[in-house]
Amino acid sequence: MGILDLDFMRNAFAASGIVAVVAGIVGVFLVLRGQTFAGHALSHVGFAGATAAGLIGLSPLGGMIAFTVLAGIGMGALGERLSGRDVAVGIVLALSLGFGLLFLHYYTSFATQASALLFGNVLAVSTGTLLTLAVLGVVALVALAAISRPLLFATLQPELAEARGVSQRTTGILFMAIVAITVSASVQIVGVLLVFTLMVGPAAAAERLTTRLGPGVLLAALIALAEAWLGVIIAFYTDWPVSFCITALSALAYFAAVIATRQA
Amino acid sequence: MNAVELDSLGLTLGRRPILRDVTLAVREGEFVGVLGPNGAGKTTLFRAILGLLKPAAGTIRVFGETARPGNAAIGYLAQSRSALPQLHLSGREFIASSIRGERYGLPILGPEGRRQLDEALDLVGAREIAARPLSAMSGGERQRLLFAQALIGHPKLLLLDEPLISLDPRRQREVVELARRLCRELGITVLFSAHELSQLFGAIDRVLYLGNGHAALGTIDEVIRPAVLSPLYGSEIEVVRANGHIFILSGDARVEEDPHLHEHHDHGHEHHDHGHS
Repeated sequence: MGILDLDFMRNAFAASGIVAVVAGIVGVFLVLRGQTFAGHALSHVGFAGATAAGLIGLSPLGGMIAFTVLAGIGMGALGERLSGRDVAVGIVLALSLGFGLLFLHYYTSFATQASALLFGNVLAVSTGTLLTLAVLGVVALVALAAISRPLLFATLQPELAEARGVSQRTTGILFMAIVAITVSASVQIVGVLLVFTLMVGPAAAAERLTTRLGPGVLLAALIALAEAWLGVIIAFYTDWPVSFCITALSALAYFAAVIATRQA
Repeated sequence: MNAVELDSLGLTLGRRPILRDVTLAVREGEFVGVLGPNGAGKTTLFRAILGLLKPAAGTIRVFGETARPGNAAIGYLAQSRSALPQLHLSGREFIASSIRGERYGLPILGPEGRRQLDEALDLVGAREIAARPLSAMSGGERQRLLFAQALIGHPKLLLLDEPLISLDPRRQREVVELARRLCRELGITVLFSAHELSQLFGAIDRVLYLGNGHAALGTIDEVIRPAVLSPLYGSEIEVVRANGHIFILSGDARVEEDPHLHEHHDHGHEHHDHGHS
């Protein structure tokens, strides 16, 4: 029987493919802006949101989106004041995980929920979730396309952008909201703890391979897509966890790019 | 017409007064060196001219219009940031982001944008430099690139905020000459802030000296005098000219030294005289 004859495998390919492309593209801007740690922290806030929502009988994905988007907007509003505050962000990150643990403690199906949230469970994506992911992906990409020009300007040349009337605050908040949506989607594939693997790994590898933005975005999307699909295929034939396979490929791609582009 | 007019201008940062009751005018086409001790308000003044800081008192006019953000007549070279050398993005892409960068949508240049970009790069001879990633450029090359960027859209006024920082003396001279050439050939008014007078000696028409809330604008001979500088430093200032050098002394301490003045001295005076004509 072929790999695509199984319903859950078809869903897995579709879901991981959608999320990989979106995460790869959004990740390019995240890396360029030096906000990768903020992205990582957002996913942890999402963990608290998902478990809290689950506890009161709401959709965990809905709770995750609500919490990450709110936290993203807050981070964006703090903007520059957040830079160099890694300790504060890290403590909030740990606190969020702690709250998530507390909420799970009162949750009946503790172990499976925890594992799925922390490390992802792409093989269990339902058709309903798949649709939600597609909508989230479209929203994130359309919003990013709409603000990408001033966002890039404000990222690369903040003083000049400000002088031309680009609001750092507005672009920062909108971008972090987009990151939050992307993080929420990524968690469905690789989990809270491994969001870096799709959002940062491919973008960081692509950034080393090209000096241009357009090709960089395309490359990041392709690398992420290849990692996700290969990860699912390898997992299918080896029975290793999908998330492990994707992280391994992500690390491989990144370090290969580093070695390949190292100045002789 | 005057390029920049300050009328009874007062500027404050938070609650700290930066400038008090400053009235002066920079003429169109002038190359003005902006000097003064650290914290004297050079960057603050530039930000106010850009319309990013509202005057606490008085007015700022740029080519007759009240200063406002997004004024296309002003080209701006911000003080260089440390993040640039790590960017593995080509110089061309970097500058391209500023072309109509305030509009929403995808960052796609189009033929007109590419033409503007090439034109600006050619003005400063940076087309080949711009093909390389920022991380593979020297400080001087990056500065040249930022110059090109400041020239996009044909500004009539260039605000150059400490473009000489972290450049060696030879590169510093190149950057000053470049600014002077743009000023003369394109008729652009240039405000060029620097740490030392010597860096600008011979190239500038007039000097704008800031300090202690005050400002003085005039030729080097008019401004670099004890009677003018003492209020700016808030202490007794002595100016010693020796062998083509100008030393600005406060008590026994030299507050500003001119190690490179000598070699450019003759060259300098020639330009200096032109500035008045």
